[in-house]
Amino acid sequence: MAKLTSEVTNQSGIPIDPVYTAASTRGLELPAPGEFPYTRGIHRDMYRGRLWTMRQFSGFATPEETNRRYLYLLSQGQTGLSVAFDLPTLMGYDADHATSEGEVGKCGVSISSLEDMEILFSGIPLGDVTVSMTINSPAPILWAMYLAVGEKQGVDWSRMSGTLQNDILKEYIAQKEYIFPPRPSMRLVTDVIEYSTQRVPRFNPISISGYHIREAGSTAVQELAFTLRDGIEYVDWALERGLPVDSFAPRLSFFFNAHNDFFEEIAKYRAARKIWAEVMRDRFGAQDEKSWKLRTHAQTAGCSLTWQQPYNNIVRTTLQALAAVLGGAQSLHTNSLDEAYALPSEHAVTIALRTQQVIAYESGVANVPDPLGGSYFIESLTAEMEKRANDYIRRIDEMGGMIPAIERGFPQTEIANASYEYQHTIETGEQKIVGVNAFVEQNEPPIELLHIDGSSQQHQLEKLRNLKSRRANAKVATSLDALKRAAEGRENTMPYILDAVRSYATLGEICDAFREVFGTYTETSVL
Amino acid sequence: MDHRIRVLVAKPGLDGHDRGAKVIARALRDAGMEVIYTGLRQTPEMIVNAALQEDVQVIGLSILSGAHNAIVPRVMQLLKEKGIEDVLVTVGGIIPDEDAAQLKKLGVAAVFQPGASLESIVDFIRSSVKQIA
Repeated sequence: MAKLTSEVTNQSGIPIDPVYTAASTRGLELPAPGEFPYTRGIHRDMYRGRLWTMRQFSGFATPEETNRRYLYLLSQGQTGLSVAFDLPTLMGYDADHATSEGEVGKCGVSISSLEDMEILFSGIPLGDVTVSMTINSPAPILWAMYLAVGEKQGVDWSRMSGTLQNDILKEYIAQKEYIFPPRPSMRLVTDVIEYSTQRVPRFNPISISGYHIREAGSTAVQELAFTLRDGIEYVDWALERGLPVDSFAPRLSFFFNAHNDFFEEIAKYRAARKIWAEVMRDRFGAQDEKSWKLRTHAQTAGCSLTWQQPYNNIVRTTLQALAAVLGGAQSLHTNSLDEAYALPSEHAVTIALRTQQVIAYESGVANVPDPLGGSYFIESLTAEMEKRANDYIRRIDEMGGMIPAIERGFPQTEIANASYEYQHTIETGEQKIVGVNAFVEQNEPPIELLHIDGSSQQHQLEKLRNLKSRRANAKVATSLDALKRAAEGRENTMPYILDAVRSYATLGEICDAFREVFGTYTETSVL
Repeated sequence: MDHRIRVLVAKPGLDGHDRGAKVIARALRDAGMEVIYTGLRQTPEMIVNAALQEDVQVIGLSILSGAHNAIVPRVMQLLKEKGIEDVLVTVGGIIPDEDAAQLKKLGVAAVFQPGASLESIVDFIRSSVKQIA
């Protein structure tokens, strides 16, 4: 990337010319921001009208501790919440399951029942604060818990807004937190899309995510292509369910990575909007302008953070966040300087939030929509990424769609190859990483870290034991039986999940009911 | 007779972040070793059984979730119980310094933290296995 030789290619393999001129963009049509195909942004005024939402992803240990962190973040000017769940929760296991040993509360907050969810949002009015939840395989269950907390707070579902990640395809492709096989999983995703369209119209039922694809080592072009092709797959399934395209498409949302290569990242966001607008209008015949607009969350690249010289991570994050803003993202998470080590300390997460605030209020970049629009280089790069992403999308179409592509290991292999090649460029020093393979320092002083001790697990286990002895167990059993019957049939499972959740059936019990009906998935590993 | 070093690359625990494990597996393979990759979500029992069955000289555990203090001691104990303590165990991932020191006390030969080069890992395995043989 930073080679001072005559030939330069970026990580996506796109050759970078020595200079870009008017000849590079000849014939280019560039409608204004807010106009189809929205390359320059989905709003005419962009951040002049409204800044992006500053949404820091957080969650650790017990719901009690995470609730305190949320109240703190809201008091510091954060404008939305984003829940990180621990691995047992992500995999649909209760805190007392054997495989949860050692993992409870480690990578996020531990949630086993509605009771935990009530504690998590205690004192947070769900009619006013928007909440994003990073949960996939068990997404319908956690969402049901969230809606049930809303009910208890007396908030009408029509006022509840937020985002459920609920993107199972990228789990098979990259992050690997799947439980059930692809087809029943896709049915659950579609159940959520259908139910939210009908009952919780302000909620985003899915966040189609490239973030994890990129973290797994893909190139920017692969991230773009696989994410948008996943989006096409979800639209296909919702149409198959009988939903009119314009009834649900305006609530589809996206989530992209903001990585190191500054201009490539900006071009990626711009190309994503153009491809999606054309797909929705031309491939799916959507009529509503809102269906054409790709709205996206962005997060700076966790995998770019280094363990060495961790304060440099603030600088990396600042550049990445700036790329997301210049790319026109609707909400943003900035990583903390200590995240190559652990979940962030309160001090580190505050600096990360301040980074966004400095960009928003001091740098002046929010004053003009798409300030780089028309740049010879940015426009050429946007067009090139669009072309390469569309090539991938066409290849996956030819394979019969994303599920057959996943089953034959296509995106997995492409990503594994890209990640291995990238590691090689670091190994040879062709790609320099400051503090890691260049400008190395010895004997760096340690930094303060957040420690999560074993007491969270103990606390969660006790709460779960009490709950199970207190609740009406006959009602739990009836609701789980009804859920299993619904899962065996074809109707929407959401009402049954809600009943089970309200009776305080646990996450693990509800997932077990689905496991019994759907079975579980094991991948064939691609090296 | 094949004299290639046999390595089991294993991914224990619930975490699915396998980028590191896969890169290491390929690098060891490219360095001429025989690599068996277990895939995801292996219990300590599954890992030790696979090590026995595959007759490996090295087990490389990749753990990024913070669960290493629960998982690694169990693997070491099972290796002892099965009488294959001579197998070289390395751990890679997000392992804080103080935990790395603890793991080494349990018999882990090396802990590779973020930023460790592929070359250093290959070299370590080559020289350590030579010593054992």
